[in-house]
Amino acid sequence: MADAGRLAGFERRGRTAVAIDGLRAYLLIAGMWIRSTMVYRTSFVLMAVGNFAMTALDFAAVAIIFGHTRVLGGFTLTETAFLYGSSGVALGLADLVVGNLDQLGRRVRDGTMDTLLVRPVPVYAQATADRFALRRLGRLTQAAVVLGWSMTRIDVAWTAVDVLLVPVMLVSGAAIFAAVYTIGAAFQFWANDAAEVQNSFTYGGNALTQYPPTVFAKDLVRGATFVVPLAFVNWMPALHILGRGNPLRLPGWVDFCSPLVALATCALAGFAWRTGLRSYRSTGS
Amino acid sequence: MDALIQLDGVRKEFEVRRRAGLLRRERRTVRAVDGLSFEVARGEMVGYIGPNGAGKSTTIKMLTGILVPSGGRLSVAGVDPSRERTRLARRIGVVFGQRTTLWWDLPLRDSYELVRRIYRIARDRYTANLEACVELLDLAELLDVPVRQLSLGQRMRADIAAALLHDPEVLYLDEPTIGLDVVSKAKVREFLRQVNTERATTVLLTTHDLTDIEQLCRRVMVIDHGRLVYDGGLDGLHAVGESERTLVVDFERELPPVNIDGARAVRTEGPRQWLAFPAAASAAPLVAELAARYPLVDLSIREPAIEDVIARMYGGRDEASRLPG
Repeated sequence: MADAGRLAGFERRGRTAVAIDGLRAYLLIAGMWIRSTMVYRTSFVLMAVGNFAMTALDFAAVAIIFGHTRVLGGFTLTETAFLYGSSGVALGLADLVVGNLDQLGRRVRDGTMDTLLVRPVPVYAQATADRFALRRLGRLTQAAVVLGWSMTRIDVAWTAVDVLLVPVMLVSGAAIFAAVYTIGAAFQFWANDAAEVQNSFTYGGNALTQYPPTVFAKDLVRGATFVVPLAFVNWMPALHILGRGNPLRLPGWVDFCSPLVALATCALAGFAWRTGLRSYRSTGS
Repeated sequence: MDALIQLDGVRKEFEVRRRAGLLRRERRTVRAVDGLSFEVARGEMVGYIGPNGAGKSTTIKMLTGILVPSGGRLSVAGVDPSRERTRLARRIGVVFGQRTTLWWDLPLRDSYELVRRIYRIARDRYTANLEACVELLDLAELLDVPVRQLSLGQRMRADIAAALLHDPEVLYLDEPTIGLDVVSKAKVREFLRQVNTERATTVLLTTHDLTDIEQLCRRVMVIDHGRLVYDGGLDGLHAVGESERTLVVDFERELPPVNIDGARAVRTEGPRQWLAFPAAASAAPLVAELAARYPLVDLSIREPAIEDVIARMYGGRDEASRLPG
């Protein structure tokens, strides 16, 4: 028993050491890419501004809808902006940190995956940090601006719980999106075109959660809650903050479950990644 | 003998799926490596050759821990590669001829700096190693160039340097001279020879260019169908391949094909004739008899091309059951 306990402890320390090693490698590689991007500062600024403008047009479309109707599915413009901003920040964070995973299929196809496997740092850290693109801050900034603006305008009596719920919602949401990215990447070890399927969940999921859940069919909302847990990115906590009822009439405590759902999806993503990598290492293709 | 690399009955099987008809799929198990056993001592430089799909790259991938073997035992520097891949990575260097391990868009200098920090190389070791590589591989003018702008020969030199910065005990080279011009090839070979003799780095080298082997390796292993078919010196390879040397003789005038014991005329062109004889036999009695019986002007001996020797060893293999790489 004592042996088993010590072994488990060793295993845990081993995992922590690997995680720290991975994080260090991630920062090193990403840092190098940032420095190399900054050599062409003008080009970087233009790209980031372009990225910002593109996503800003996206929100303009939402604003235009509200030019024709005061409420959408019972939600006002500022309330919708709150949903839009929170979902956008979550995706923006995930996209910034692990968005490069969609290159994995290419790596498997052209064999450069092997070069990651011969370096003494975790493959996941290398695959996510490779070609780290700071211009993705553009999307994040735009979403943060919309979120900030909406929070000053929405009609909410902010309680301490509400205030705390905002960062919890954003971090959990980012983790859920990152897990979806990772699961998508893991499938690319088998099917090279899985990137498109994964994009439909990340970018598509973002498009979904930008709008109030009440404008969608109930089955879609159910699917987004129980199958792919996108509803926990922002709907559940945001609806609590906005003082709205749960669209599926789930009990009130579900509104606070985002961190747990995020943990669960990340655990699943970790499992999928390890399985994918193991399969790659046994087939080499 | 201090064995740095040890393989004992190593196997690797792949499952290949093939379409057989509209919806039916056939599954077939292909043995890429089939019961491979050998040892490489510390400081050796070994050539590892074989036709396409013989299992060379699969072997290298198992030795680096990229691929997990289906069976058998394998150890490199006392470590099981597939179980402790990242730990082993600090002690080995790998150069894939076809693809770079450097960061494509970063200048060479930044790539090296990143290698230093990822491998946690001590600053003084790093500086010394980099200086040596830069000088011997002629990299000084390339350090500020992004990897994607390097020519194939430059990139290969850059890659070899990157694989040596952390003082690896073993260096695996997969086709290190593929696609290089004669000058680059010579430079790479000279450098590898120095690394092997001065640092006592163990080198395992796969190649299609047999000149690499002739100039660098005292020992050569030939793999075919995933099995070792030859392991020994280059000379022995000739004996095994039953190769022949050629005596090129110039006579004073045109003669009918000469008839002489222990040799046969394979070609006649005016007063010049080509006589083939077994590589293992001595040429001296042959030359003496020729000089006694015919009016000689000149003669020379041609060694068998190792390509022919290898080709003879591969003779009779079936092309159908091949895997790429």
